[in-house]
Amino acid sequence: MHTLITLFWVAVAIALAMGAGWLFLAAARRLTRGGVARALRGAPVSAGFGMLVILIYVLVALFAHLIAPFGERQVVGAQFLPWDGTYLLGTDNLGRDMLTRLIYGARNTVGIAFATTVLAFSVGAMLGLLAATVGGWLDQVLSRIVDILMAIPSLIFSLLLLTIFGTSVVTLILVIATIDSTRVFRLARSVAQNIVVMDYIEAARLRGEGLWRLITREILPNALAPLVAEFGLRFCFVFLMISALSFLGVGIQPPTADWGSMVRDNAALITFGDVTPLLPAGAIALLTVAVNFVVDWMLHRASGLKE
Amino acid sequence: MKDTATGKTVLLTIRGLTIEGRSDETWSEIVKGVDITLHKGEVLGLIGESGAGKSTIGLAAMGFARDGCRISGGTIDFDGIDLRAATKDERRALRGKRIAYVAQSAAASFNPAHRLMDQYCEAPVQHGVMSRAEAERDAVELYRRMQLPNPDEIGFRYPHQVSGGQLQRAMTAMAMSCRPDLIIFDEPTTALDVTTQIEVLSAIRDIVAQFDTAAIYITHDLAVVAQMADRIKVLLKGEEVEEADTRTMLATPREDYTKSLWAVRSYARPVQPPVTDAVPVVSVRGVTAGYGAVDILKNINFDIHRRRTVAVVGESGSGKSTAARVITGLLTPRQGEVLFDGEPLPSDYRRRSRDQLRQAQMIYQMADTALNPKLRLRELIGRPAQMYLGLQGKALSERIRGLLDLIELEPDAYIDRLPSELSGGQKQRIGIARALAAEPQFIICDEVTSALDQLVAEGILKLLDRLQSEFELAYMFITHDLATVKSIADEVVVMQNGRVVEQGPKDEMFQPPHDPYTELLLSSVPEMDPDWLTRLLQERRNKAEA
Amino acid sequence: MSDIWIMIAKRLALGALTLLVISVIIFSATELLPGDLAQAVLGQSATPETVAAFRRELGLDLPAYQRYVNWLFGALQGDFGTSLANKRPIADLISLRLGNTLFLAVYAAFIAVPLSLTLGILAALFRNTVFDRAANAMALTSISFPEFFVAYILIFFLAQSGLFPSMARVDPSTGFTEALYHTFLPALTLTLVVTAHMMRMTRAAIINLLASPYIEMARLKGMKPMRVIWRHAVPNALAPIITVVALNLAYLITGVVVVEVVFVYPGLGQLMVDSVSKRDFPVVQAVALIFAAAYVLLNLLADVLSTLSNPRLVHRK
Repeated sequence: MHTLITLFWVAVAIALAMGAGWLFLAAARRLTRGGVARALRGAPVSAGFGMLVILIYVLVALFAHLIAPFGERQVVGAQFLPWDGTYLLGTDNLGRDMLTRLIYGARNTVGIAFATTVLAFSVGAMLGLLAATVGGWLDQVLSRIVDILMAIPSLIFSLLLLTIFGTSVVTLILVIATIDSTRVFRLARSVAQNIVVMDYIEAARLRGEGLWRLITREILPNALAPLVAEFGLRFCFVFLMISALSFLGVGIQPPTADWGSMVRDNAALITFGDVTPLLPAGAIALLTVAVNFVVDWMLHRASGLKE
Repeated sequence: MKDTATGKTVLLTIRGLTIEGRSDETWSEIVKGVDITLHKGEVLGLIGESGAGKSTIGLAAMGFARDGCRISGGTIDFDGIDLRAATKDERRALRGKRIAYVAQSAAASFNPAHRLMDQYCEAPVQHGVMSRAEAERDAVELYRRMQLPNPDEIGFRYPHQVSGGQLQRAMTAMAMSCRPDLIIFDEPTTALDVTTQIEVLSAIRDIVAQFDTAAIYITHDLAVVAQMADRIKVLLKGEEVEEADTRTMLATPREDYTKSLWAVRSYARPVQPPVTDAVPVVSVRGVTAGYGAVDILKNINFDIHRRRTVAVVGESGSGKSTAARVITGLLTPRQGEVLFDGEPLPSDYRRRSRDQLRQAQMIYQMADTALNPKLRLRELIGRPAQMYLGLQGKALSERIRGLLDLIELEPDAYIDRLPSELSGGQKQRIGIARALAAEPQFIICDEVTSALDQLVAEGILKLLDRLQSEFELAYMFITHDLATVKSIADEVVVMQNGRVVEQGPKDEMFQPPHDPYTELLLSSVPEMDPDWLTRLLQERRNKAEA
Repeated sequence: MSDIWIMIAKRLALGALTLLVISVIIFSATELLPGDLAQAVLGQSATPETVAAFRRELGLDLPAYQRYVNWLFGALQGDFGTSLANKRPIADLISLRLGNTLFLAVYAAFIAVPLSLTLGILAALFRNTVFDRAANAMALTSISFPEFFVAYILIFFLAQSGLFPSMARVDPSTGFTEALYHTFLPALTLTLVVTAHMMRMTRAAIINLLASPYIEMARLKGMKPMRVIWRHAVPNALAPIITVVALNLAYLITGVVVVEVVFVYPGLGQLMVDSVSKRDFPVVQAVALIFAAAYVLLNLLADVLSTLSNPRLVHRK
């Protein structure tokens, strides 16, 4: 019986999500024009749902201080209070409002993951494009370094580096960005290598175009679609990694509100049948699902356009 | 079933066949009501340009449609069996056993994981025609008849260990393994060099005749189909243009489209006045070059003069493209040099001056990969003019429009298009305009027409001709197609295995006596005469005996 | 034939070299410490004398390269030094836990590999059907879940009712079947996470393969669908599938860290996390080296196996 009820609610949730995705797509198609509208016309409901979720997360992160009922680090009551009218989702292990922490978590966890991805991406993509375009010893050296760094499992490597450099937000961002940029480098290089062999690149080289123009005008526009999709995937990866590290206690440090550590701090409640600690974990999962849905659609589009 | 008119037995009857293809989630007709009647032992040639639906029809004769295609109407009757109404198992029982297929690329169509023999024996054993031992003996026999070297041993090789021409013959042997009533040949020689093509063509023709097998021979090459087919059906965009027996079709085509296809080969540029300028625009002097330790080019010499077209001819691996890479500075030669207007050019393009780069331009074979798909024509054509000639704003815009006019594209309609919004021929014209924008003296044309349909290619050749006299250009025309050489070249350089085996004015080249390789190359080019292959093989046999 | 063995020998040599460089990186990471290891461990308040004594005890007075050589040769013989936290030999701490971690990983792999290969191949064969779409959506969803989310969901539904234990307690006296029962939830968590990845990658590899002209040729020869799959697709699918499996097993090894923490499972991952928070550098280094070695070796094995399964490489011209 219990399982049936759960299944029922899961079905309801999926139906609602699909409905929301459909509505969002319908609205977005009306509000946009030109190329964007044309792209949206073929988008599946899952992608619409994904975009809607991402939009909501961004809004919550930006306006956290306006939405949250209490202060981020404010102790408002007793520990582990149940859900009620004042503390909609109860309180945590230190008596802070759960909902408030969740809302600020959107800003902190997502913000840090986003900053890390942007950093990893700018460094990795730039070096990858450069290595593929210039070739020769530069490519050899960079590729060998990346090969070695990628041969160390990323979670293990980041645990090692965080032990040494400590666990401030800055080191966290730098360490994860360094590790992740190797993956971006790999992809950017292989995408660019497929472009570099094209005749139009040869034509541009023979025309006497400089390196900068070659990369920005001839290669980058053609590499953009896979790179944007990769940005989504990398964000998911970084986001899950930071959450895992926080969950293990070596990521984002208290008292900053963060979803990974919220799960860890309140995990004890689960064995008592309280779903509250699952909420921050679910918040992480929902965002990654949403990004993955959008990326999946983009990859599908990119491969469809090639044919 | 007897055909009352001819007295021959009808094997395959297709009536009102329509096939739909899917693009962007919508279905559209790609074959629009085609009829085929094929008698036992008869070879029908299906001919048409790309997009004519030839391969799709060929596969439909097996009751097969590729992913993204579906047979939507008409009837397909093979020896009394309705292939559209038949169950999957009934159709499968026919395939390989009574109807076999020979694909365009044997290298891709043989499974890399199994020996040729295993793949040969699969159909006869699985269809219960022969035992494995019988099939193996039979394979050796057919390999012998297909004139494959080492017929006893070749079956035990893996596909990647056998050359392209041999693989194509092994695939024909495999199609014959169950002695089918009908074989579909889907462009079986298109990917091969001309000298290899002869061997495959003659082997296919012999074996089909020996076993009295009916065949549908699909190709875009008129001269090839003339050798192979009893009857020819001309297709255009999924519809039949006309059908007649081969000799009638070649001698007296009825429809304008067919006539225009036949006429292509007659184009030839007028003979040019003799060379007067002493210094050639480009001069390749004693160039030896290659990759790694291997020399691809061995001591190459040739000159290209103003207003002249030098055709560099050779088969794959002859080094003709490598020669172009040396001239453009992409490959530094081990020995020798390239002179421009009598002055030596730096061997690496990165050390050439902007003006030196401007003077030598290149047009590529595949216009699809030669134009950046993300740039609009305005920038594609405008960039060289902006870079080399410093044109800006209105002057640049005027220049781009002028160039579009030159290549016969309406400027207002095209200037802001992306390459994806152009046809194949139009893309190639943009490639030409981009080369012209630099105002060069010399242009390398690398197989510029070989990816195009004949009529479109014809237009490109005429355009290049006109531009040459208008701007006094020197062309280096790289090609494997001797018909193109005949129509456009002033001088010919024949290359084989990295050496120049013969060079001289076109008229001399096409008159005997020749170098043996030139002779082989020239004689291997199929002609529109249905008796050409028979005659050629007879001549070669006589020569070999003598 | 000899070509391929030379190729494999080269790969193995490269793998050994990679491991060596990784050991240098792992060792020298502590050299990057701001200040010095002894100071870092003892804190700023320690007297210079205690720091100096501690340095001698750790061998920090030796030059770096000598310490590295000592460390590496020790590690090769199973001696990783002593833990800073409890002064016990690291080898003792590790040996039991390594076995536990391997047990869990192999357990999960035994369920995950056959399951995901079957699902992946089925999804490829029935692509664009309801089954394929559902499998894909579920895979995409579970890829997106953090491991601890999956773990806690399983605890919420399966452990609360007492069906399975939420803490995976095992010790050397635990019997095999009992161990299987106790570690069922962690193994299931790992399986769910890895299966999704492996299924998607298998599906992509098979679809790619089914589009090849030689598969069309086999169908045009009238071969039965099962024969097309087994005889024509599978032999060529080995290389991509081996790569997919190895990649995911390697992932499994690191994915184990979070899962061990959730289920309080006495494995290497938990040891590493504990040591990180205690800043017990020698232990962190030792565990990192073991994880990295396992990861490199798995990838190397995949590389060699997929080379051996490629007919173009095995049968040279």
